[in-house]
Amino acid sequence: MAQSTVRKTMTFGEGGLAFVFAVTTLLCLVGAAKAQDAPFAFHAYLSAAASVAAVFMIFRGYFNRPAELPGQETDDGRANYNDAPIKFATAAAVFWGVAGFTVGLWIALELAYPVLNFDLPFLNFGRLRPLHTSAVIFAFGGNVLIASSFYVVQRTCRTRLAGHMAPWFVVLGYNFFIVIAGTGYLLGVTQSKEYAEPEWYADLWLTIVWVVYLLVYLVTIIKRKEPHIYVANWFYLAFIVTIAVLHLGNNPTLPVSVFGSKSYIVWSGVQDAMFQWWYGHNAVGFFLTAGFLGIMYYFVPKRAERPVYSYRLSIVHFWALIFLYIWAGPHHLHYTSLPDWTQTLGMTFSIMLWMPSWGGMINGLMTLSGAWDKLRTDPVLRMLVVSVAFYGMSTFEGPMMSIKAVNSLSHYTDWTVGHVHSGALGWVGFVSFGAVYCLVPWLWNKKQLYSLKAVNWHFWIATIGIVLYVSAMWVSGILQGLMWRAYTSLGFLEYSFIETVEAMHPFYAIRALGGALFVIGSLIMAWNVWMTVRSGEPAPVARPAMQPAE
Amino acid sequence: MAKNEIDAVTGTATTGHEWDGIKELNTPLPRWWLWTFYACCIWAALYMVAYPAWPLVSSYTSGLLGYSSRANVAADMAALQALRGEKAALLAKADLADIEKDQALLAFARAQGRAAFGDNCAPCHGSGATGSKGYPNLNDDDWLWGGTLDALHQTIQYGIRSGNAQARENQMPAFGKDGTLKKDEIVQVANYVLSLSGQPTRQGVDLAAGKQLFADNCAVCHGEDAKGNQELGAPNLTDRIWLYGGDEASLVETITNSRGGVMPAWADRLDPVTIKALAVYVHTLGGGR
Repeated sequence: MAQSTVRKTMTFGEGGLAFVFAVTTLLCLVGAAKAQDAPFAFHAYLSAAASVAAVFMIFRGYFNRPAELPGQETDDGRANYNDAPIKFATAAAVFWGVAGFTVGLWIALELAYPVLNFDLPFLNFGRLRPLHTSAVIFAFGGNVLIASSFYVVQRTCRTRLAGHMAPWFVVLGYNFFIVIAGTGYLLGVTQSKEYAEPEWYADLWLTIVWVVYLLVYLVTIIKRKEPHIYVANWFYLAFIVTIAVLHLGNNPTLPVSVFGSKSYIVWSGVQDAMFQWWYGHNAVGFFLTAGFLGIMYYFVPKRAERPVYSYRLSIVHFWALIFLYIWAGPHHLHYTSLPDWTQTLGMTFSIMLWMPSWGGMINGLMTLSGAWDKLRTDPVLRMLVVSVAFYGMSTFEGPMMSIKAVNSLSHYTDWTVGHVHSGALGWVGFVSFGAVYCLVPWLWNKKQLYSLKAVNWHFWIATIGIVLYVSAMWVSGILQGLMWRAYTSLGFLEYSFIETVEAMHPFYAIRALGGALFVIGSLIMAWNVWMTVRSGEPAPVARPAMQPAE
Repeated sequence: MAKNEIDAVTGTATTGHEWDGIKELNTPLPRWWLWTFYACCIWAALYMVAYPAWPLVSSYTSGLLGYSSRANVAADMAALQALRGEKAALLAKADLADIEKDQALLAFARAQGRAAFGDNCAPCHGSGATGSKGYPNLNDDDWLWGGTLDALHQTIQYGIRSGNAQARENQMPAFGKDGTLKKDEIVQVANYVLSLSGQPTRQGVDLAAGKQLFADNCAVCHGEDAKGNQELGAPNLTDRIWLYGGDEASLVETITNSRGGVMPAWADRLDPVTIKALAVYVHTLGGGR
């Protein structure tokens, strides 16, 4: 290798970012000193510590790197992919997944056996529930999305991820947001908006991280070496852009004090509810659907080693999906003070959304044409394919539940919880597991996973868990809905509320059992990932060995 | 490199693009998919014509069917009233005392009372009104504030220590905390109270002293015979029915620190007819006087 003649200097990005974090440290310390409430002080100290760590990491990275920044290409002319941040996000996804599923199991047990909150405020259902939802959606799902999108965009654009520090900033900054959000819930900090519970300062930080994420992604696509943009990248991009818009729309709050954790939303009344569910539904649509369809569009054809079934279908269903999804939010507010006309639009757009959603399912399943036999031998591919089947089931169930007549029975019942979890456990969970099982050997340069048998166990245990969970919630939800609306012949309610709660108990126990199986599956995955990284057989060297330094 | 090739398995041409080894087939849109999508869109369009759908400047398109969810609620409520029929009007007008004389009206009032009880009273008194520690059983005939229809009606309306001006109020002194009685005196009274309902007492406790202390301190409310006084809400101590437990430790705790539960004034929350129905329901649970 030629001797480096470049004098080592700090880049503008390194110096600038170190300066910004140094100033942030001071600001956070001022915030901690003037804090109006204990959680805010805690978060200010945490942020100060993180900022100090960031300055330290920037300098360490600078001192440890060669004078030249990593090149766009390796010596043999291939794109020099930047995989280190992806490794971190993948590992974080596994960690947060296990944590988030376990909290979910705990609150499922609390619902069946309320004594399990031990009368401790931080174990209260109200605080653990957002911890569970945020941990599984944003911490687990988010890290899977960031990891897979960074991996996929480099491979399908045949170019290195844009930015020297920006990808690390995205990955670490996002996970720091998770820590602030999660610890906040346990301490009782929340703006009480479902799936948007983090308070104003966490929201501001996420905004910065997300804009950098968008920039990294866009610039990488712009400097691509492929003439066309692969379909997975359309979905990832739609996810990143729309989540930014949703986040800004649903979080314009006024803090009571810049040194306090409490804030108030600027929207009021039914407008606030509408914004909330426009956000909430599209978090499902663009985070949990579009983003994970991006995963599906890369990992299914890659793993099956088959071409994508239909290019046309991918175009049509992409545009139909993103145009129609954004309108569907009002179906969360049927039979409320939301105006009738808005409810109609929410419902009709949900119905029209059925086929665009299924376009992704068709493309996923039909890509297996000519490779169906692989389902017998490859449990990872089986996981990916079953996830697509669950996706198809939930995206049929969703439009059906948006029909007002159905909704009048299903609304506020456990049916909704079952619906969400058939999508969350079956689709998002399984497609993520599939992606992680693919990514880990690829990223750590291993021939294959440590144990395919363990993947098989994970698959079956988790599948039984999902079936128990979802069917328990169907039965319980429909039973609950029918009990709530039952009248006696004299015209009075047949059941008191507490009687309906008592009737739920056996189903809550079954649901917790299903959740326990899902957690066990995820622990098997964590072990398998750990063993693959630790002691997996190295991959055979595909490219010519690097020239030794002269 | 962009070259349209034929996929051997499906016989379909690819688009000629390739990303990291991934190719795409040029398969046309599945017909059934396309037609189902069109059908959904047509259905949605028709629904939008039939129902309120699009916002205008100061109103909205109200739809051909004239649907309104408010009108629907009103119709549902009217249907419910029709189902309840004339009994509802009769119950509203009936004197409390007359309701139980008319079997059909009684059944109706009990049905309404049962529904209201389940969502309002059961959280404390239990689904079967059997009560629990601190919350009286309403099935027996041991009443704190009286078990006649009028007394029950009064209690339900205004509650106990509810803050309402007409609430049932009393306050048992905290004999131990206030220093009125010493610890061993409290044990003596407690054991005397145990003996009143024929329960075993602790060996070596001076029951005679306990009796004297009871006469001096407790009898003014609970009565010389300890059978209680419903005017004052003082419970009968001879019947082995205990609100806060009848073992020595619970009695010592009660005498030391006093007790006193709270029941809301339901007149502030429920309409008069529902309260009337609740009084009848509780009165006919089994222990009504």
